Amino acid sequence: MSHNSLEVEVIILNRLGLHARPASRFASLASEFESDVRLIKDDAVVDGKSILEVLTLACPMGSRLKVRASGPDASAAVLALKALIESGFGERD
Amino acid sequence: MTAARQNNHREIVFNGVGASPGIAIGRAFFLDKYKFKIPQTVLSGHEIGPEIRRFKKAVSDAENHINMLMAGLPDELSSHSEIFKSHLLMLKDRMIYNQTLKLIAERKINAEWALSLAVEHARGLFSKITDQYIRERVKDLDYVVERIFGLLSGHAAGDLSKVREPVIIVAHDLSPADTVQIDPSKILAFVTDIGSRTSHTAILARSLGIPAVVGLENITSEVFSGEVLVVDGLTGEVVIAPEDDTLALYKKKQTCYIRYRQDIIYNSHLPAVTRDGFAVKVKANIELADEIPSARFHGADGIGLLRTEYLYLTRKELPGEEELFTAYRDIITAMAPNPVTIRTLDIGGDKLAAPVSFGEELNPALGLRAIRLCLKAPDLFDVQLRAILRASVYGRVKMLFPLISGRQELFEIRRHLDEIREKFRGLGIPFDEHMMIGIMIEVPTAVMIADILAKEVDFFSIGTNDLIQYSLAIDRANEHVAHMYEPLHPGILRMIHYTVEAAHKAGIEVAMCGEMAGEPMYIPILVGIGLDELSMNAIAIPRVKRLICLCDKDECSVLVKRLLEMPGPQDVMAALSAFFHERFPEERWLDPGLCQDINA
Repeated sequence: MSHNSLEVEVIILNRLGLHARPASRFASLASEFESDVRLIKDDAVVDGKSILEVLTLACPMGSRLKVRASGPDASAAVLALKALIESGFGERD
Repeated sequence: MTAARQNNHREIVFNGVGASPGIAIGRAFFLDKYKFKIPQTVLSGHEIGPEIRRFKKAVSDAENHINMLMAGLPDELSSHSEIFKSHLLMLKDRMIYNQTLKLIAERKINAEWALSLAVEHARGLFSKITDQYIRERVKDLDYVVERIFGLLSGHAAGDLSKVREPVIIVAHDLSPADTVQIDPSKILAFVTDIGSRTSHTAILARSLGIPAVVGLENITSEVFSGEVLVVDGLTGEVVIAPEDDTLALYKKKQTCYIRYRQDIIYNSHLPAVTRDGFAVKVKANIELADEIPSARFHGADGIGLLRTEYLYLTRKELPGEEELFTAYRDIITAMAPNPVTIRTLDIGGDKLAAPVSFGEELNPALGLRAIRLCLKAPDLFDVQLRAILRASVYGRVKMLFPLISGRQELFEIRRHLDEIREKFRGLGIPFDEHMMIGIMIEVPTAVMIADILAKEVDFFSIGTNDLIQYSLAIDRANEHVAHMYEPLHPGILRMIHYTVEAAHKAGIEVAMCGEMAGEPMYIPILVGIGLDELSMNAIAIPRVKRLICLCDKDECSVLVKRLLEMPGPQDVMAALSAFFHERFPEERWLDPGLCQDINA
């Protein structure tokens, strides 16, 4: 019954940081997975499926974060979310 | 039988303070959902299930609405669909959605209350964010929540820019920030829970010529968005869901009022002279050149108070001499040959300017404001004095200094003026050598030494708003004491009387430029006391001029003598009101509580 739990480090690359649109994309993508998704900045841990929690984590450009997923599809979840963040949410400038 | 029938039975009459005259009939519109009271009900056990369903229904309706908006987006706006997607996520976000459901069930409270608590929590988290851009995303949350609130109340909350026909704005209170964003052409009237005749909303409404009733206490929790209201700014009555008879009565009154306005405006370009030949100049208080057409239209004999704060309060940097000069010159030229009284910068206290700040004060109203601030920041002051002096050759200009409390300030002002004049003469810059210099009488000590000050200046202008506030030691913006703001306090009347006597003895004129000057009911007193000039919001001018023309100076002086001996404001009001109604019977139907007398 032991679930996978995986954690990866990412850096926010888009200029305006994790504002509404990226946070919305992050939370939507995270919600597609069955695994529990957490977004971690320093000591703060928030629910990656909640757009408001992701927003209140307040991640400007350059923030170092960890994405942690635990559940049956944890590895797929961290990979997909990491790729999304590293693409700069399509708005790198 | 039907919803319409039920509506007919709902008619409710509210009484507030008529803050701006006129009658409006139209639909209620809530300007800002966060500013009015959220209904708070404790539920009994069997009500919880339905309440949860009601909340879920509101959220799913909001979802449908957003989906519809998204589907209807034209291609060029398709990038906006991201915003709608984030709104959809927020609607169902557990911090809001799950939390609200949990609060309804556990604390047995209604959906609006639960939602407001959940939102407060989220807003608290947002407020701690240091990144400004992200912090401001709370606006998206506000937008979403407002939608749910609107649906819960049975009416979608709107945004004024999308309103097609003019509406009646209903709010708990309106901040200066709210009101600057308002397009007056979309507003029929203002209706607020709090406020007095002298609150910001009231003053704004009068200057825009829009009827307003304030101080209704809980109107926001009684009226639904979209419901028909009658607003009577003359009596302070607001009728929710008026029945046909009521509506007909108010329509008649509205017609009468419009006819009366047209009639008095038609005559308002004539000078205001009492029947026994005492002339009173009636002028307009303005802030911007844009207000000049209205001042002219309403028959202003000049500008009795040009407030100069606008250019300082609306921006980050201080305006330069050229900009000030141009602004003053335009106003002076537009009003010529009528005179313009320019008041020097009156900021500080409740009016704060970003570029001029000396830190927070415990008692700003008693602190570094108006002339005190100018004398402390001589560069700021001199730039304005130079601009006014240079503009003075374009018409008739008087210079007015606010918040003078003693002679020392006058000496300091004169030193600044003399230095600038000397420089101008040396450089050949033209200015009006005979420009009149006046001071505002708004500090009690200035009243007590009015005889001394009168020898030093060319005119006085009594600022009743501050004089009353400082004399009675009450802040009129503070709702706990605002009711104590009593222009008819015998102490205030005596101060005005004393100031006028001292000035006339010294051979100088006295103007009044506070709210009191434009109050029709007070006109017999102001005429009786012998004020030479009254300056007010432009829309008040026609009625005031008409009343002055109907007055007898001698008769008013006798009235004043009697009022000055009365023990309290209620006694003064009773005597004044009796005098007013006897002398001006045709004004009866315009005044509080007399609406039912109309049978015209």
